[in-house]
Amino acid sequence: MSMAPTAARSGLLACEVCRLVSHAPPPGSDAYCPRCGAMLHTRKPASLARTWAFLIAAIILYVPANTLPIMDTSSLFGTQSDTILSGVAFLWTSGSFVLASLVFFASVMVPLAKMIALAVLAGSVQMRSVRHQRTRTRLYRIIEFAGRWSMLDIYVVTILVALVQVSTFASIHAGPGAAAFGAVVVLTMFAAASFDPRLIWDIQEKES
Amino acid sequence: MSSPTFVACLECDLLHRQTQLPSGGEARCTRCGALLYRHAPPDANERALALALTACILFVVANVYPIVGLEVQGTHTSSTLFGAVESLWDDEARTVAVLVFFTTIFVPAAELIGLTWVLVTLRQGARGRGAVPILHFIESVKPWGMVEVFLLGVLVSLVKLAHIATIEPGVALFSFGALMAFIAAAAAAFDPDAAWKQLETIR
Ligand SMILES: [Zn+2]
Ligand SMILES: [Zn+2]
Repeated sequence: MSMAPTAARSGLLACEVCRLVSHAPPPGSDAYCPRCGAMLHTRKPASLARTWAFLIAAIILYVPANTLPIMDTSSLFGTQSDTILSGVAFLWTSGSFVLASLVFFASVMVPLAKMIALAVLAGSVQMRSVRHQRTRTRLYRIIEFAGRWSMLDIYVVTILVALVQVSTFASIHAGPGAAAFGAVVVLTMFAAASFDPRLIWDIQEKES
Repeated sequence: MSSPTFVACLECDLLHRQTQLPSGGEARCTRCGALLYRHAPPDANERALALALTACILFVVANVYPIVGLEVQGTHTSSTLFGAVESLWDDEARTVAVLVFFTTIFVPAAELIGLTWVLVTLRQGARGRGAVPILHFIESVKPWGMVEVFLLGVLVSLVKLAHIATIEPGVALFSFGALMAFIAAAAAAFDPDAAWKQLETIR
């Protein structure tokens, strides 16, 4: 099989900001884009190590994000703490099936699927897998796009706190789970940004 | 020195020769299917400027007026987006307050002002102060602008509140809806390649 003509193989560097393709400088010296001045890398630096570091931090924080309350409601009838899941259950039992599914998908499924997908991507590159490269690249594209929707519950809490804080019959406060949950979203976004999908394709080129 | 007729796929590194696309066309990587570049009409950045300016006005409206009002037993409350961030800050939820401020106010504002500034200076044929660092900055903060997610969050919270109170959607709610559409339209219309080429010739 002939080697695919990639930029790296041709001694070229692609700018990730303005996309100009330029000649790589001699090894050992830093490369800058001749058009926009951005620093150029053949591959994202320390891609796998950074991806794993952010991912493991996200997995650890995923536990408090789901077990600690994201919202405390106090009213005349006492105090109620809501986790992400009990918030979904509330929407479901009050008949908002579409919204309950939406919040469940954005807050529970998306972060979980994103963390699993990142582990699969980083792991398969480390195991030098040459299978399903196109599918894995597509998977990366999807998680890069979908991760942001997990912020949904953070914004729900924001609006509820702002509106119900001062009213006479009840008050709503953000719980410690909200910060943990926000951190999970931010960390998985950093993890996805650190992963370089070009690594998926480098392996075949070295071995075939 | 450089080879401007080549474009490298950012997702699999495959090199492609850049070709003239038909109107509305887009080029995708032959190996992994990633988007390489789009056909941009010659007036793409004129359109992007008009859309970005409109978005700037909508951004101001969306932040000045209350997003939503609430009436419970005769008591009326309402909040702007910044007011909501302040509530979180005062509520000791400072991490969350910073995150909300950054993703719904700071990044969208910086992105819109930066894009407008760059497009205005390019239109005047001037290099403009800081066009290159501004474009770098926009590129790096882009994933953190989350107006559309915020809007969905507002809608979900309205449904939750509808059980306990009377909801009065505010002016800003509709402005945010329009803002979301105009930010997306401006980003889609913007032709960064033309902007970079123009910046290069001015230099
Ligand atoms: Zn560049
Ligand atoms: Zn590709």
